[in-house]
Amino acid sequence: MTPAPLVSIDDLTVQFRTDRGWTTAVEGVSFDIGEGDCLGVVGESGSGKSVTALSMLRLHARGTSRFASGVVRYAGKDLLRAPEGDLRAIRGRDIAMVFQDPMSSLNPVLTICDQISETLRLHQGMSRAAARGRAIELLDLVRIADAARRVDEYPHRLSGGMRQRVMIAIAIACRPRLLIADEPTTALDVTIQAQILELLRDLRAELGMAVMLISHDLGVIAEFAKRVIVMYAGRVVEDAPVDVLFRRPVHPYTEGLMASMPSLEGDAAKLYSIPGRIPDPDEAIAGCRFGPRCAHAEPICRAAMPELVAIEENHRVRCAPRSRPGGAG
Amino acid sequence: MTELSVGAGPVGPIVSPVLAPRRRFMLLRRLLAHRSFQIGAILVLALTIAAVFAPLITGIDPSAMKVRFRFRPPSEAFPFGTDNFGRDILTRVLYGGRVSLWIGLVVAALSGVCGAAIGVIAAQFRALDAPLMRLMDALMSFPAILLALGITAALGPRMESVIIALTVAYVPAGARIVRASALVVRELDYVQAARIAGASDVRIMFRHILPNSVGPLLVHMTFVFAYSILAEAALSFLGVGVQPPTPSWGNIIAEGRDYATEAWWVMLFPGLGISIAALGLNLLGDGLRDVLDPRLKGAG
Repeated sequence: MTPAPLVSIDDLTVQFRTDRGWTTAVEGVSFDIGEGDCLGVVGESGSGKSVTALSMLRLHARGTSRFASGVVRYAGKDLLRAPEGDLRAIRGRDIAMVFQDPMSSLNPVLTICDQISETLRLHQGMSRAAARGRAIELLDLVRIADAARRVDEYPHRLSGGMRQRVMIAIAIACRPRLLIADEPTTALDVTIQAQILELLRDLRAELGMAVMLISHDLGVIAEFAKRVIVMYAGRVVEDAPVDVLFRRPVHPYTEGLMASMPSLEGDAAKLYSIPGRIPDPDEAIAGCRFGPRCAHAEPICRAAMPELVAIEENHRVRCAPRSRPGGAG
Repeated sequence: MTELSVGAGPVGPIVSPVLAPRRRFMLLRRLLAHRSFQIGAILVLALTIAAVFAPLITGIDPSAMKVRFRFRPPSEAFPFGTDNFGRDILTRVLYGGRVSLWIGLVVAALSGVCGAAIGVIAAQFRALDAPLMRLMDALMSFPAILLALGITAALGPRMESVIIALTVAYVPAGARIVRASALVVRELDYVQAARIAGASDVRIMFRHILPNSVGPLLVHMTFVFAYSILAEAALSFLGVGVQPPTPSWGNIIAEGRDYATEAWWVMLFPGLGISIAALGLNLLGDGLRDVLDPRLKGAG
């Protein structure tokens, strides 16, 4: 009885051209985003979170990147192969995106009004005056005080937090069905972070859109997401509801991430860190790519890349020993 | 609230500050306070006013010959003296300034527009980059004045050919400048954001990349303005530029060359016009560069 997902990513493999040939940044990534979902994607830098998100809208430079395999299904279309015109119609209208750095995401020579109007005029053919009115409404919606005055200002007059609010206003202008937020709070200070997360949460409820929040910060994910995907070295290693993931992480990497979070009870001076570093995409590693850093590695781990296996409903893990029936949990 | 305005901090990429309209006033204030910009602006403004109001200033026809007054040295009646046909040099220099400054202005504007278009297209449509830039390289491999000489020779010696020739000669440098900054701008987040909003390549190019890439070009254009005046003088001196009897600074000098030892004033005053224009424009450009390029802040 599960309804068809809003966006379905299946076996996505993205490669980039480098001096030494094609390097695989993301391999065999599969997950669904349902209507109104609240998905968190977590992982270290270089784990492929952003590459996955940008691939969903085919935003990588042509010529230096390619999709070696995979399908991104949205509204009956494969976004990886749809004509550019179809994608332009979907970008900004159905699927929108907010970036990490609000300081550089707004064009310095256009007013806030111009930049919010751009999406509205592109997708909804609004008149200039109507778009301006809607821009003010949107600024109100993202809780910018004195919207009617702010709308005519240039980005350099706004603080980082306000700029991120403007970016969100632009993203939700056409009431998208999916908002991808790529580290939306990383560049902001902590109080503003909380405000932006709260805003995203409220907007999600108000507009009924799905949100895919990408972050390396487990705290942000825990606070926001209902379901979490953990990525490591270009692959999904665990996919579980947020409470399950935080209470009973199964993959040793997820365990490591949890252990490396500072907690109020623990000894703050001794923060756990996972030994080693994330491997280069080109590095040859037999079997599981987390194997060399894993404290629980077994011979089976070196034999082959483990599959992403559902160990219970809504919980998938890519770990050979722990996804065996009756394996260590 | 924490949402305080960040005020006038230097934010945004270094290539962009030129056209942010609200900041324009700030830039304007900084420009007006800049010493070499002030001097340059005064010189250029003075020459422009003199050229525009030439008919009011002299009231003499620049081509009117008074053979009785040939080769009169500067005096009260003829402040700059007269030439071999008894024409008033002051009048001719003023009218010549109209032609020379006009050529400089038009060449700077045309080569700026063409250079901006070629540069931004090369940066945005990567497949066109190599062909366009190799063409520009080919043009640049000729010395500008030789190229212009060839083109004016081919098109016939007229003011229009001088303008076309100099535009062709100065487009490549402008194209390179704009391409370089557009390549930086196209990688910035707000360009990606526009793409995500569903904007087409062409729209992104004109609305987002171009306005943020033209700052360095504006500075370059002031120098092209000056070079064009010099080049026009050189072409006219060589006989392929603006043809007599229409005066230009270049051809007044060319005509005076035969009598340089007896009537030095014929060549001196148009020469001064050229020098002052070139000096003024260069100072103006220096000031503009200092203000627009944050890396050189305080250097002027």
